[in-house]
Amino acid sequence: MSAVEEIASQAPAVEAVPKRAMTLSSGTAFVIVLLLLVVPLFVKNFIIFQMTMLLIYGLAVLALNILTGGSGQFSLGNSAFYAIGAYTSAILMEQYNVNYALTLPVAGVICFGAGFLFGQPALRLSGVYLALATFALATAMPQILKLGFFEQWTGGVQGLVVTKPDAPFGLPMSQDMWLYYFTLAITIAIYIFSVNLLRSRSGRAFMAIRDNEIAASAMGIDVATYKTLAFGVSAGITGVAGGLGAIAVQFVAPDSYTITLAISLFLGMVVGGVGWLPGSFVGSAFIIFVPNIAEGISKGLSGAVFGVLLFLVIFLVPHGSRQVAMVAQQLLGKLRKN
Amino acid sequence: MTALLNVKDLRAYYGQVQALHGLSFSLNEGSLTTLLGANGAGKTTTLRAICNMVRSTGAIEFEGKPLNNKSTESIVRFGIAHVPQGRGTFTNMTVEENLQLGAITRSDKAGIVADIERMYSYFPKLKERHTQQAGTLSGGEQQMLAVARALMLRPRLMLLDEPSFGLAPLVVRDLFGILGKINREEKVSILVVEQNAQLALELADKAYVIETGRIVMSGVAKDIANDENVRKSYLGY
Amino acid sequence: MELFTNQVLAGIATGAIYACMALAVVMIYQAIDHLNFAQGEMAMFSTFISWQLMQWGLPYWGAFIVTLAFSFAGGIAIERVLFKPLTKAPILTQVAGFIALFSIINSCAGLIWDFTIKQYPTPFGSSPFLGSQLISTHQAGMIGITLLLLVGLYFFFQYTRVGLAMRAAAALPESARLVGINTSWMIALGWGMAAAIGSIAGMLIAPVVFLEPNMMGGVLIYGFAAAVLGGLTSPFGAVLGGFLVGIFENLAGTYIPHVGNEMKLPIALALIISVLVIKPAGLFGRNIVKRV
Repeated sequence: MSAVEEIASQAPAVEAVPKRAMTLSSGTAFVIVLLLLVVPLFVKNFIIFQMTMLLIYGLAVLALNILTGGSGQFSLGNSAFYAIGAYTSAILMEQYNVNYALTLPVAGVICFGAGFLFGQPALRLSGVYLALATFALATAMPQILKLGFFEQWTGGVQGLVVTKPDAPFGLPMSQDMWLYYFTLAITIAIYIFSVNLLRSRSGRAFMAIRDNEIAASAMGIDVATYKTLAFGVSAGITGVAGGLGAIAVQFVAPDSYTITLAISLFLGMVVGGVGWLPGSFVGSAFIIFVPNIAEGISKGLSGAVFGVLLFLVIFLVPHGSRQVAMVAQQLLGKLRKN
Repeated sequence: MTALLNVKDLRAYYGQVQALHGLSFSLNEGSLTTLLGANGAGKTTTLRAICNMVRSTGAIEFEGKPLNNKSTESIVRFGIAHVPQGRGTFTNMTVEENLQLGAITRSDKAGIVADIERMYSYFPKLKERHTQQAGTLSGGEQQMLAVARALMLRPRLMLLDEPSFGLAPLVVRDLFGILGKINREEKVSILVVEQNAQLALELADKAYVIETGRIVMSGVAKDIANDENVRKSYLGY
Repeated sequence: MELFTNQVLAGIATGAIYACMALAVVMIYQAIDHLNFAQGEMAMFSTFISWQLMQWGLPYWGAFIVTLAFSFAGGIAIERVLFKPLTKAPILTQVAGFIALFSIINSCAGLIWDFTIKQYPTPFGSSPFLGSQLISTHQAGMIGITLLLLVGLYFFFQYTRVGLAMRAAAALPESARLVGINTSWMIALGWGMAAAIGSIAGMLIAPVVFLEPNMMGGVLIYGFAAAVLGGLTSPFGAVLGGFLVGIFENLAGTYIPHVGNEMKLPIALALIISVLVIKPAGLFGRNIVKRV
């Protein structure tokens, strides 16, 4: 058996995405940011709220994308980190009167720690086993949150109500709009951080591990450290998203963070295109709006619609929105030439 | 003599890499033919292309019937037994189960039982260990098991990929002796790929030499063995 | 001491549920080298089918047999239509496929039969078994069927040609093709058998947990835990793992403070992770050696 074939016959866990293909060009990015800044001025509060959620879930999907698209590890359990982040923010705000903005870094750090710790056992697992362990984590999380032991902080099954912050400095904008711009600022900051992370030494290490773990370790990359680091970073960002989500929704309860959320995030990543960071927000839009539309048609239909669409994506556009964007770009290029 | 296997203009690819560049050869009914060549010349690929285990173009005919686009498992059912490199032993199964797997396409129970006994007479070592896990056999025994497993198909043609690989010289002699015997007694045509050219040429009646995916020389095995130039430039002994 | 033995006995009774599910998990793992996250939902759907058949007037065992056949065919159909094209796709894509399937089946069951809890009959009755308050006749029947299934599978894999071919295809697909085994169909067969075994598990579990679209969520996790504990490749290990997990769960509930009903899933999680980390091959699994 020749060496070429040996490599070809091994199905990778995650298809490799080159670093260049992970981001947007600066022109496109500029237009998108401009739109994100201007649009809320002209729409109703409810739409602003949905846009806020789009950014928040986008962050959570982005976090998963760093883990899976970057370092090649799976997680069906990121809802657990989202829950930890949400609860951290909620508990700090409601039980300890901490300013909402300050709760987010705490949520991020705590989740980084949680992810890093979970990454330790996860180190020895790969592919489907890791999916299994994280799947179990996601299923167990609501139960852990309901524990009587934590009830004095978490509010048990009832959960906690979170107050929505007002705009500071007497700025003349609604709570929803303020929260939107606040979220947007954090999202842009995290996005830039993620892009730079993947372009850095650590990012190259992640990708080397994703593409071939053994070769990576042979090149002197400390596989264990980088894999747990990826888990930590992913969990940390998810935690910040969770904290923001708690503030935006004004409520945390164990059953908001079930396996369904984990599946949604995973779905968002696949639809957006694994490894393509901007796709995270396309995926996020998908997981926010598709269930609404489906529920509008018939109650309980959203799961079926989700599943069918996911199959369609897998079969027709396995690279998700990245593929669509690339095709669109090529078409545009052709039009320009004509 | 009629050609049992006819290969014309065979090209094979691993992804973007082309490994065979238009290879043609034929193998006569009842013959023992060997494919020789250095590492990476394309010997293994040729065998794999015959069984459609690698993407290829060109015509491959077995008993006049085209094999292209047939699945590996249906090609096997034509009566082509392939002993792959590394032997492909089912290491977690017993010796006897391995032999039964060789005959999995057959439905004549009595014939299978008889054939297993016949294999034990060729390879008495296997009989001693028939309930043992195949993975516990020595390299030579595993190679014998692989040959026996292939014969359980009652093949018309047996493809052997480097049977001498990793075996002690004495064991190799033994094995090659049995291969010759099988060729004569069982009327099984054999195509054997070897790096050990000297030994293969002693055994075979016809030989082809491959270099970088092309046939560079063919002829009666004895002639090639006696041609000092060929030996020096291609076979390295 | 009596408390201990009683709890062990009760653990075996609940363990039968997990054992049954774990058998289905191992079956599919053997065939495709993957865990099917939709396995529980497939079992749930089958159980609903049998329920529907009984509503239409079929006797229990009639519905049982029809459901078994339906599940077997359904499993094969799902493999042929949805997963065969994904054979060479990255693992991520396949996991996404399982999740899509999970979502579709769960949602469809809800649409067809709604989310209210339904009573499900047991053929064994639910009186105490041999006068013991700890095990009901249903649970005893369940243990019996699980063991029967195990013996059946053992004979199938050990003594039939198809069983031998399936083992070969799972162990070394390339070599299996070289002896003429159609490995692609062996995978489909594995799906069918796993679906059928899963349907048995579902029909046995339904009287205990009641029939509803989300009934298998927790059970599947425990089935995974049991299968992982038993080593994923061994049906015998899976069943033993199921009983051990059941016993473990009951003992933990009795002897560790604060462990109530809500701790069930966290315990399963802890179990899965510790087994995977400490002894990834489980108790009876073969070590998987990966070529580089």
